[in-house]
Amino acid sequence: MRKPKKPNKQTQKTSSTMQTQRIILSGSGGQGVITAAIILAEAAVLYEDLNAVQTQSYGPESRGGATRADVIISDAPIYYPKVEQPNLAACLTQEAYNRYSRSIRPGGLLLTDRHYVRQDPRIDAHQVPLDMHETVMKEIGNPIVLNICMLGALIGLTVLIRPESVAHVLERRVPAEFLDMNRMALQTGLDMVTKMTR
Amino acid sequence: MTSERPNMRFIQGNEAIAEGALYAGLQFYAGYPITPSTEIAEILSRRLPEMGGTFIQMEDEIASLCTIIGASLTGLKVMTATSGPGFSLMQEAIGYAVMAEVPSVIVNVQRGGPSTGLPTAVAQGDVNQARWGTHGDHAIVTLTASNLQDVFLMTVAGFNMAEAFRTPVILLFDEVVAHMREKVVVPGPGEIEIFERLRTSVPEGTNYHPYLRREDGRLPMSDFGGVHRYNVTGLVHDMWGFPSTDSTIAYDLLHHLVDKLENRADSIARYKEYFTDDARVLLISYGSSARSALQMVVDRRKKGGKLGLLELQSLWPFPAETVREKCEGRTHILVVEMNMGQICHEVKKVVSRPERVFLANRFDGIFISPGDILRVLNMVQGKGV
Repeated sequence: MRKPKKPNKQTQKTSSTMQTQRIILSGSGGQGVITAAIILAEAAVLYEDLNAVQTQSYGPESRGGATRADVIISDAPIYYPKVEQPNLAACLTQEAYNRYSRSIRPGGLLLTDRHYVRQDPRIDAHQVPLDMHETVMKEIGNPIVLNICMLGALIGLTVLIRPESVAHVLERRVPAEFLDMNRMALQTGLDMVTKMTR
Repeated sequence: MTSERPNMRFIQGNEAIAEGALYAGLQFYAGYPITPSTEIAEILSRRLPEMGGTFIQMEDEIASLCTIIGASLTGLKVMTATSGPGFSLMQEAIGYAVMAEVPSVIVNVQRGGPSTGLPTAVAQGDVNQARWGTHGDHAIVTLTASNLQDVFLMTVAGFNMAEAFRTPVILLFDEVVAHMREKVVVPGPGEIEIFERLRTSVPEGTNYHPYLRREDGRLPMSDFGGVHRYNVTGLVHDMWGFPSTDSTIAYDLLHHLVDKLENRADSIARYKEYFTDDARVLLISYGSSARSALQMVVDRRKKGGKLGLLELQSLWPFPAETVREKCEGRTHILVVEMNMGQICHEVKKVVSRPERVFLANRFDGIFISPGDILRVLNMVQGKGV
């Protein structure tokens, strides 16, 4: 296994003023990237007292094809709501990767799933390929929670917000019978990057 | 961990409209779902009946507005929501609500036009339609907002103005604001004043004149179908509500319909200012494009640029006095909007130096960015493209 590079220092949350985080989550329709974006932004607003704005590419082209959700998280007010150059991005399909990976801010963090995406080494970013799909299938057995696993990995890599905050949102949003599965997926994502950074 | 405030929500713009309407006392909604306003109907179809109100999905937009006009006359607070194509169909009934002076709230979440246009793309091309879409001399109230807290507040303000002035109020939002999610703090009961309509004190069995104005110009209402029988018409009408072709009555009625709003333009005006004190260049914007304008102003301020923003939240009656005053002494005025210059035209009409007014716009379905605005500013300042 090729060792992923360490995440950019700039993405680390500092004590008083945080750098504004511009995030693009992308994949194909049905993978839950928009849901993941809403959960991430809601957790930042309701449980971290931060500002967040979430938008998505919207339209007939977003069925199938490449789906994209934008999240901006900051302790300052957010005006322009779209992300032009993300410092954090996750791509869950090759098509999404091909379309959005080049827009990443040089030195940014680019998370992908090895099952779906073959990375292009020319991209100037800290590229982190993970076996999220494989691990979710092995440990949970349902690909429906891949998006939450991705969220866990993203939070584990960047210290964007605390995992508890995401867990609180899951408790509010996810139907009771699926809650445990989502909690496991979040932990799986966190564990994958914790093992990796050791 | 941070304690969660129970009234703090992370919601979509369309949900903020629905929540604002419920806060303002919405009791009756009739509508025909259309992108990008559909979530308003979806949310209210669940929430409104829970709160004892009525939700009807209509066969089309003409019926939607006609139905809420009828419901309003019976004493209910009413709303419908649509987008450009449906708004076009509503124009006849908007004129009726103006003429019959029926409190009503019409949400138009704008998308690309004309016709069915760009269903999923952002635009602000219905500004003049909100003003002049229905025929004949008249006045109208149109409100807008750029962030979701203000979307909530403007929705409440729209209901209050509809009831206070007995007029249709257009809430003119756009796709970006409607589909964006951000924080909204829902005020507690009583935190914002809610206006109730003026009802007549004329008792049952005594003649009630539905269109006999009090000295202050207001018209007390009697719930239709209640204790008084009266006529409501789109024709020019006398104090009984019956049709009249008397020129004195027609002159007086048209003056009343226009004056009741235009003479109060200053008190209806809603706007926000950012960095305007020492601004040499003033941006004027509204709705979602005001977010891009503000981003551009904040970014340029960090580099020493003397820029400011006037964000309009009421478009009609056009806040002419405010705009004229705020534009005085600026080197350049840049109107930022997503149409071919509908508000820019109004600004040019009211300022003393219209040659200093320029337009930064997009109308191709792409949300205008701070970079788009900066390119226009550089061009008009002679700095090249």
